[in-house]
Amino acid sequence: MLELENVNTYYGNIQALSNLSISIGEGEIITLIGANGAGKSTTLMTICGIVPALSGKITFEDERIERLSTDRIVAKGIIQVPEGRRIFPYLTVRENLDMGAYLRNDKAEIKRDIEYIFEIFPILAERRNQTGGTLSGGEQQMLAISRGLMGKPRLLLLDEPSLGLAPLIVTQIFSIIRKINEENDTTIFLVEQNANQALKVAHRGYVMETGRITLADTCENLMQNDDVRKAYLGV
Amino acid sequence: MKFEFFLELFVGGLTRGSIYALIALGYTMVYGIIKLINFAHGEIYMIGAFTALIIASVLSFTGLPLLAIALIAITLAVLYSAAYGYTMEKIAYKPLRQAPRLSALISAIGMSLFLQNYVLLAQTPDFLPFPDLIGEFGFLKPVENIMRSSQFVILVVTAVVLVLLTILIKFTRIGKAMRATAQDQVMARLTGININRVISITFIIGSATAALGGVLISSHISQINFYIGFIIGIKAFVAAVLGGIGSLPGAVLGSFVLGFTESYATGYISSDYEDVFAFAFLVLILIFKPSGILGKPELQKV
Repeated sequence: MLELENVNTYYGNIQALSNLSISIGEGEIITLIGANGAGKSTTLMTICGIVPALSGKITFEDERIERLSTDRIVAKGIIQVPEGRRIFPYLTVRENLDMGAYLRNDKAEIKRDIEYIFEIFPILAERRNQTGGTLSGGEQQMLAISRGLMGKPRLLLLDEPSLGLAPLIVTQIFSIIRKINEENDTTIFLVEQNANQALKVAHRGYVMETGRITLADTCENLMQNDDVRKAYLGV
Repeated sequence: MKFEFFLELFVGGLTRGSIYALIALGYTMVYGIIKLINFAHGEIYMIGAFTALIIASVLSFTGLPLLAIALIAITLAVLYSAAYGYTMEKIAYKPLRQAPRLSALISAIGMSLFLQNYVLLAQTPDFLPFPDLIGEFGFLKPVENIMRSSQFVILVVTAVVLVLLTILIKFTRIGKAMRATAQDQVMARLTGININRVISITFIIGSATAALGGVLISSHISQINFYIGFIIGIKAFVAAVLGGIGSLPGAVLGSFVLGFTESYATGYISSDYEDVFAFAFLVLILIFKPSGILGKPELQKV
């Protein structure tokens, strides 16, 4: 569904991604794990066209997208829930959800989807007229994922959804990720530092170090791999 | 008599405040979205006035009624200035969007000087008489010492513009996109907003309201030259900073505070110091409340 081939991305003179190749099939949950600063978030920003690739190919459903503007990439159904949630702080919860559906025109269905989200996350329904900046970290993460879902993603890019959240909420977030994948058949590309949880929920995984992919395998095999166990699972 | 003078100054303050507001809106909207002080904004106001003058002068030979001339001149001036604002952003600011903010600021100052001198050369360095586009309303006859027809029109038009703009920003799709872009540009792009379009529309709206202000106040004070945009632009900027730059209600509030202060101070103290009050205000705000009356402090991330 999404193919990255030999993608190189730079911030000025500094190379952030080197010859990156990643392949994601329809309906899969793929995880990308790696340490701080390895280039995981840059990978997602490159896919979305925020930090365009200098060279290499990015193909989404047989169509080249590496030169498209972000809004046209989003229109194809590639939706990112970025690191740090990035909730619009002065928009209400309801308006944040509306922004997620910015490119949609089906009013009746948008309304149904918002009702559905309020069902899964009753806390958001309670806070619907509060501004985003007043929510707690966990609530913001739920809102960020919900806002992503409002865009009807075909491919959902999640950047560290567990970052800074209490363990109980982390478990909840990961079960939601599985649910999104199973119920809507949404393909998910999950970037995580929490390798333990990520490898449990995903089908396949990539390991990234300083802008390169160093390992690619099924999650079972990655969990058995000695290097991965030492570096990311703390065993 | 004394009370009548007070009322006259009150209406004068309202009028000044309205004009400042029509200009300050553009400053604050543009700042909110791309964090740029568009110093060429005052020149758009001046170009609006010049366009209306030229069109009204030409139309005065056709024998059309005053109302028709006024409507045509104002509409075309607003459209022409909006096109100027749009083009200015594309030429002077868009190529510098990734550059340090200081570069865009210098570009704005350059644009301001360029437009002033362009009008100076293309038109004239002298003051030109500006025709009265408004006429006299019969129903204002009893209070003509306090409020003139042109002032009445300025107040009504400003009120209508503010209501329409509030509706646009609060409830429409493009309004929400503008607010989202102002709050987090990267996230706005990730929701599929075409921010180039949002920025263009912001410049168009800001330029249109500034031009509207330019035409109306020129008709009120009956003369213009190439330099009128500079001083009033700086004052509207002071008003925007006073209210909290980036905030729309702040810009309007700051404009009226500044308008009333100037009106009463020139009326009761001395008109020689007219410009001193605005800039004294600016210095005081920057010292004691740099974020302005309604400015929002930076929000902490949870």
